[in-house]
Amino acid sequence: MGERRLLSGNEACAIAAIKAGVRFFAGYPITPSTEIAEFMARELPKHGGIFLQMEDEIAAINAIIGARAAGVKSLTATSGPGFSLMQEGIGYACMTEIPTIIVNVQRGGPATGLPTKPAQGDVMQARWGTHGDHPTVVLYPETVEECFHLTVKAINLSEYLRVPVILLMDEIVGHMREVMEVPETCEVYSPRKRKKPREEYFHYGDETNYDSEFASFGEGYRIHISGLTHRPDGFPTNDPKIIAWKMDRLKRKIDENGDLFIGWDYEFSDIGSEVCLISYGSTARAVREAKSIYERERGKSLGFLRFRLLWPFSYERLKALLRSPLKVVVCEMNQGQLRGEVERAIPPDIPVIGVNKVDGEMITPEEILEVLW
Amino acid sequence: MKPEVLKYLRLDGRFPHILCPGCGIGTIMKQMVFAFSDLELANENICVVSGIGCSSRVPGYLDCDTFHTLHGRAIPAATGVKLARPEMAVIVIGGDGDILAIGLSHFIHAARRNIDLTCIIVNNFNYGMTGGQVSPTTPQGSLALTTPYKNPEREFDIFEISKAAGAVLFARSTTYHPMHLRSMIKKAIRKKGFSVLEVISQCPTFFGRINRIGDGVKMLEYFKERTVDIRTLKEDKFPEGKIVIGVLYETEAKEFLESYKEAVESELCGLR
Repeated sequence: MGERRLLSGNEACAIAAIKAGVRFFAGYPITPSTEIAEFMARELPKHGGIFLQMEDEIAAINAIIGARAAGVKSLTATSGPGFSLMQEGIGYACMTEIPTIIVNVQRGGPATGLPTKPAQGDVMQARWGTHGDHPTVVLYPETVEECFHLTVKAINLSEYLRVPVILLMDEIVGHMREVMEVPETCEVYSPRKRKKPREEYFHYGDETNYDSEFASFGEGYRIHISGLTHRPDGFPTNDPKIIAWKMDRLKRKIDENGDLFIGWDYEFSDIGSEVCLISYGSTARAVREAKSIYERERGKSLGFLRFRLLWPFSYERLKALLRSPLKVVVCEMNQGQLRGEVERAIPPDIPVIGVNKVDGEMITPEEILEVLW
Repeated sequence: MKPEVLKYLRLDGRFPHILCPGCGIGTIMKQMVFAFSDLELANENICVVSGIGCSSRVPGYLDCDTFHTLHGRAIPAATGVKLARPEMAVIVIGGDGDILAIGLSHFIHAARRNIDLTCIIVNNFNYGMTGGQVSPTTPQGSLALTTPYKNPEREFDIFEISKAAGAVLFARSTTYHPMHLRSMIKKAIRKKGFSVLEVISQCPTFFGRINRIGDGVKMLEYFKERTVDIRTLKEDKFPEGKIVIGVLYETEAKEFLESYKEAVESELCGLR
């Protein structure tokens, strides 16, 4: 049996992380994510875990990578400036295939920007923030309840794929309070494939790319983990064939696991309508209201599509879905970051317009309706 | 070498190593494996963590869990490893650039936190991997490729930084004194809490050549001439221009994990 509780999105995220097995948190205070750190500082010791406030976000990301390399599920939470500092570490986690969770409760940027006002300006940074080609998984909740469930999903996906997973939130989602049913337990992924004994084990063997147990420090496997491009045994190489193999291996984590994302990556309704509104995160709440006003006053339906998964972006599925509308409107608290991806996905003859706002205020239903009347 | 020492090296194709002829890092690596053997550490119980640089390539040759992390980030990564596996001996090795420039804040804070890590700083007075640029320990007035008119900046005193930051042990040795070096490595590993060992090491390819000190042997002689063992010092003051070797500082302080557990336990008891 679950328990009904009034929670903020940040609290729901922290509760979910502990329920999904996170036992190490390293972080640095930054608004509007700090409640996650405070919750972890208070609650992790009660579950045998450790909380550590680091000297900066660079230390935080590297400490959680170290802890997970030694077998303990780990998470950090930050906002824009800290997320920028963590980028090199995120790339290291990609290259070394160490599952980690980075929660970015977005505020207005660039630089120190707007503490604390909401924004959705880190959509592209979440995809391409670290240098080099790399796999990226980014989830984005709309409600407090979804903060809980997508945190669990982020952790399970990260473990399954052996990649860092980014949970993008925004100030509204993080600070807003809603009543939710907190489940007693949640689904915790554990790999079906057991790892081979040490003599036959390759830390980056083809069978361990995803959905497989892998060795951690302290298990007697004497593994070598390096951010240098490496061979299946983890040691550095300059051999073009092996470099290509490694880069392809990282890409295949996503390419070969499309099924993992289907069914929850987005939700939609009335998609056959003349106009389709696209949104994600807290902006979707204004879009829902705009839809309801429009339908009440106009007597005709409005298409609605909301992403829970931003990356990998569902180009093919979006293309199949959005064939009929005469117009697509992408609403986001940035200058049009995801709109470009929507344009890439759907037929070029469907006009895509944006409702964008970067003044630290939420997009209102009225502002959305303005482009529809 | 005896099998009980060789067992700490990855002999299945990792050698020859990438270090230059005359480099001091091989000497340090050799004394590390001898120290492991003397301390009878189980291979499974050692994790050697490094950042980026010449000395950061050492873990790749050691047959234990090895972690080659980002430039400057060995200490936070090692912090995560230690907290996840407190039973392991977690040893950080890195150069003067890696630990004292890009990674300095982590070094200071790990010392303050007094987390149980052994931090071996290979001080060769310059950035070797990138070709001999100035580092925080390049002596003022020395030459480097990025200070071609002599280094105008003062160098760091690693001893003073470590002591002020809260390290519980600071020792120094040089590659000219391998047996002394081994005993210092052992002492640093055995010490509970954040212990620092500075090893003065030669970089004949860059620092030695650019400053016309000479090849590896000449540089070792240079260290030998300038070394003073702390046990022979009559005064409290360290002599100017000398390399003082030995345990320069040792104290006792509660290790981080111990004090974390204590704080948490008393809090949890208070709740009941």
